[in-house]
Amino acid sequence: MSKLSRDDVLKLAALSKLTLSDDEVEKLRGELSEILNYVEILNQVDVEGLQPTYQVTGLQNVTRPDEPRDYGYKPEDLLKNAPAVQDNQFKVKRVL
Amino acid sequence: MDWLPIADIAGKVQNGELKAVELVRKSLAAIEENKNHDAIISTMEARALERAGQIDESPTGRLAGVPFITKDNFLTFGGKTTAASNILRPFEAPYQATAIERLEAEGAICVAKANLDAFAHGSSTENSDWFVTKHPADPSRVPGGSSGGSAAAVALRMAPFALGTDTGGSIRLPASFCGVVGYKPTYGLVSRSGVIAMASSTDVIGPLARSVDDAALVLDVMSGKDELDSTTIDRDEKPYSGAQEEIAGKKIGVIREYLAQGLQPGVEKIVRESIDKLKSAGATVEEVSLPSLPLALAVYYIVCPAEVSSNLSRYDGQRYGYSSPDAKDLDDSYELSRQQGFGAEAKRRIMIGTHVLSSGYYDAYYKKAQTVRTKIINEFEEAFAKYDFLVGPVAPMTAFKIGERSGDPLQMYLTDIMTVAANMSGNPAISVPAGEAEGLPVGFQIVGPLRGDRQLLGIARKFEAIRT
Repeated sequence: MSKLSRDDVLKLAALSKLTLSDDEVEKLRGELSEILNYVEILNQVDVEGLQPTYQVTGLQNVTRPDEPRDYGYKPEDLLKNAPAVQDNQFKVKRVL
Repeated sequence: MDWLPIADIAGKVQNGELKAVELVRKSLAAIEENKNHDAIISTMEARALERAGQIDESPTGRLAGVPFITKDNFLTFGGKTTAASNILRPFEAPYQATAIERLEAEGAICVAKANLDAFAHGSSTENSDWFVTKHPADPSRVPGGSSGGSAAAVALRMAPFALGTDTGGSIRLPASFCGVVGYKPTYGLVSRSGVIAMASSTDVIGPLARSVDDAALVLDVMSGKDELDSTTIDRDEKPYSGAQEEIAGKKIGVIREYLAQGLQPGVEKIVRESIDKLKSAGATVEEVSLPSLPLALAVYYIVCPAEVSSNLSRYDGQRYGYSSPDAKDLDDSYELSRQQGFGAEAKRRIMIGTHVLSSGYYDAYYKKAQTVRTKIINEFEEAFAKYDFLVGPVAPMTAFKIGERSGDPLQMYLTDIMTVAANMSGNPAISVPAGEAEGLPVGFQIVGPLRGDRQLLGIARKFEAIRT
């Protein structure tokens, strides 16, 4: 039976870039544990000799020529949803 | 108030008997009239009327003047695209989804964006950050989800068809609950460029409509390779609409595991009657066991959150979407924007996904799930070597009450137990209205072989003709 600790949940939140309230941490600890218990039925399945499937129609490495294309987008269209813009670039808060 | 078959509407627009502007007005009026069902997030009246005016000047295209509604996770012009999530509340798409572009190129007109569970995470629309859509026949019930707004919109005749997405059952489940046709194509048949990604190895786009032939015509227009989505496959050379299949002589397998699942009695009755109808029409019908199918939901609840955690990493408050005004530095901005912008279900899936992909757990969870997935695919392949189609219920129940399952995530996940296997394997599947149980619609599910979309739509059309 998987039971996540409070520290497990906080570690996952940090990896996921989510700040959680204390209530959320406790609630998610219970819910995540319950979901992880449910999926444990897979541990009883015999998969001897089988390979994992990641793509169901058998496509592999679909490529196209590496050439620039013009889709007609203007920089201002692609920047219009940004919270902050400067000199035609995304502006972010200080890193350090 | 009802709509003609889609091909007839387009024909009458082409010959001038019907005006696209009037059709758009009729759709907008039906949306307004049924506002209390909360099926629609936003309308794009100005753009729709402008396009309708242009089409009336030059009425061409297989969908000339046909209004439609799309789930709000398709990027469209003319309004906002939110995926029913707070984090995308202010988002205006800089380009349109390929599916929308292809429909527009044939003269169809998008009039509104339909409600969904935020980011399509759910089975009832109760996870929408806007509002819960109310069932067309009983406002105390859910329409199913995640494409619940689209299904309700078609059932309420707001437009002749709507678009949805199906990652674990999100087209078929609401179609069953609302009494409309819902089609999940073979994985890769319709380009997903410009559709907000959920779980990329199972996401498909499909139509919700009033008839199988309407759904097939929409598929005809949308399907086929697209260089903007490298997972797309070639479409059938022949049209999907009008596909002919005879029930007589077909070998049909009834999925035993789905009938053993504790179906609501009214649902079981209609499913068994539907099976009898196929027999009466001359099909050879027998029960077939696919023993790993009940595992598909557990596989899904590892694979889906894993892919969700990756696909939702782009919502970081820097380039588009909600950005927290409280942040002091960049890292703070990521964390606060995501904390304040994502709802509870998105956070749950991101956290589970991060867990199953993390070092030390990847093999035990993710790789194991993808290997069980192979087992499920193998069982489907064996079954389709023997049977032309597989059939069963879409869900164990009819539309449930608002709030009945929303307190327990696992209970909500279990509503997808009979739809999710086809997503894990990529097979096409359809929900066709088959009757009612205590006044609520019940869908019948037919699953076809991989790339067998044309045969599946052909047989679904025949089933539609013989159903109750």
